Amino acid sequence: MIAYSEKMREIAKKLLKEKAVDLVIGFKKGTLPMMTEPVMIKEPEETGQLCWSSFCSMNLANYLPKRKEKIGIIAKGCDSRNIAVHIVENQIQRDQLYIIGVPCTGMVDRRKIQSLVAGKELREVVESDEELYIKGKDFEQTVKKIDYLQDNCITCMHKNPVIYDEMVGEMVGERKDPDPYDDVKESEAMGSDERWEFFSNLLKDCIRCYACRNACPLCYCPTCFVDESDPQWVGKSIDPTDTMSFHILRAFHCAGRCTDCGACQQACPMDINMRLLTRRLNKDALELYGCEAGLSIEERPPLDTYRPDDYDKFIR
Amino acid sequence: MSEKIISREDLERFIKALQQDYEVYAPVKEGVSHSFQPLKDGETVDLNFCNTRLSPKSLLFPQSERMFEFNLDETSEEAHILKEAPKEFHPSVIFGIRPCDAKAVRLINVNFDNPEFKDPWWVKRMDSMAFIGLGCNEPSSTCFCTSVGGGPFHEEGLDVLLFDLGDLYFAKALTDKGERLLEQGGVRKDADADTKKRADALKQEAEDKINSHVPTDKLKDKEVLELFDAPFWDEVAFPCINCGTCTFVCPTCWCFDIQDEVQKTQGDRIRNWDSCMFPLFTLHASGHNPRSDKVQRVRQRFMHKLKYYVDKYGDGVACVGCGRCVNSCPVNIDIREVFKLMNEL
Repeated sequence: MIAYSEKMREIAKKLLKEKAVDLVIGFKKGTLPMMTEPVMIKEPEETGQLCWSSFCSMNLANYLPKRKEKIGIIAKGCDSRNIAVHIVENQIQRDQLYIIGVPCTGMVDRRKIQSLVAGKELREVVESDEELYIKGKDFEQTVKKIDYLQDNCITCMHKNPVIYDEMVGEMVGERKDPDPYDDVKESEAMGSDERWEFFSNLLKDCIRCYACRNACPLCYCPTCFVDESDPQWVGKSIDPTDTMSFHILRAFHCAGRCTDCGACQQACPMDINMRLLTRRLNKDALELYGCEAGLSIEERPPLDTYRPDDYDKFIR
Repeated sequence: MSEKIISREDLERFIKALQQDYEVYAPVKEGVSHSFQPLKDGETVDLNFCNTRLSPKSLLFPQSERMFEFNLDETSEEAHILKEAPKEFHPSVIFGIRPCDAKAVRLINVNFDNPEFKDPWWVKRMDSMAFIGLGCNEPSSTCFCTSVGGGPFHEEGLDVLLFDLGDLYFAKALTDKGERLLEQGGVRKDADADTKKRADALKQEAEDKINSHVPTDKLKDKEVLELFDAPFWDEVAFPCINCGTCTFVCPTCWCFDIQDEVQKTQGDRIRNWDSCMFPLFTLHASGHNPRSDKVQRVRQRFMHKLKYYVDKYGDGVACVGCGRCVNSCPVNIDIREVFKLMNEL
């Protein structure tokens, strides 16, 4: 991790000095343990702020759409896939980007660490290659990072960036043939009433802050359907019907485009795992179209393209 | 005002006695966090928390509130007539509210109950509500109440303040309402000098434990435009994803939007929390948006709390230092850093 941080500072400094890019987007150390803050660096002498840790869970591709500058961007596997999605969807041009790839060993879920200490306040978290040392008022403990990874990192099969211009380290081993959809199968196996209750319960704490939507690189519409006021498609109260409409429609809008980066779940202040909705659609995209989002900058997402050999008659 | 003692075992009895006359809202543990819930029979209060995830402001200012109902049936004599939605205002107690959250209620009060405007539902809820505060023995590292006019045992906005002394609670009545609460709750035992001394020491100890401090002294004398045009806003706003988390978890954010929702001929006029982080917040009917860019919205949130409010009310900043936005912001925008930037400009 420390080696990654140093390497990315070095690359960023060089890029800015040589004016190969106008700015570099990365992470800087947060003001709280287990937090980082996305940062935009414009001067070579400010590159020392850049850092890497197991808490860089936000997806930096989110900061790209519609930018005009030449940009250096730090990208772990999922960020790089969302950059690819942006390129395919014309949100940014490939030649505008210098992608500084990070081979990712998975992000640690800070909420899992928090529940480990049962609501006590963590005052210090120090990371080493495989472990986290956590300390609070009257406790200290060392845990293995691998036991507390974000759920999406556990099932991730693309830890290494799929597109990059330079890497900050050696590629890491990819997980082979796991069955990443155990959680989805659980809700699929439910009867419709039970499933309705399950999802209603999942979303019951939603406060409609839209952190999930706004943390998502896919959600770049100039005006989101929930923000349309003329006509207004969705009610703005916390009525369960409206909350459910928001989440389900948002998930559908991500179908075949979502990389399961987990930013939505990490951003949620209410700990809602709305990934259960997007993952169901990712599974469909994989099973129906053999598609995993963001693996190529050549291929359009399955739901905005057409093939003459489509197996459904109605579209031929 | 009376100063009493409640033994640890008697706390449950005190709450039960209050439940005879009041709806009692208290911190209840749900998953890893706490929230204020109406206490059901047999449910236990969990006071082992620092701050609840959401502030209790929604008990006085609900996230969605049905204000009026109307009917659009042209054949009816009542077509197009707004009628106040029926509401009940039970005598209620918020038990275990933190001093910062109680101060925040007083702060919101200037918006909903002032000589110019009186929001009828806010006023009625405030009249029927009593506040039993619980001082903070262990402030968190993101608490900075002492920098913004509060403290772990601050009394503003409370009717009773409880000090957890380990073996017992020291209960300090702060208003006539508070006196009545202690009486109705069967709290009779007067505090002795030693208990009072221990409470004072606890308060001092808790204040000393606060290690997060923000500067506010120069905000008042700064030129509004100088702050408005400050060079740091782009940098502050860059990571912001423009969600409403900070405003929704904030105990002092009071902005709302009014919407009509209609089904066939029946309609409701609803007031929902709104957020200055949302583009729709300032969108004009013409299509023009005076705060079309993220940086303008981020600036607005901080300028409102740390400058406009300061200038308009002369009562300090519109922040009680609870640290919720610091903890909940998905991209770690830390208001304490913005305090420094604005104050030191």
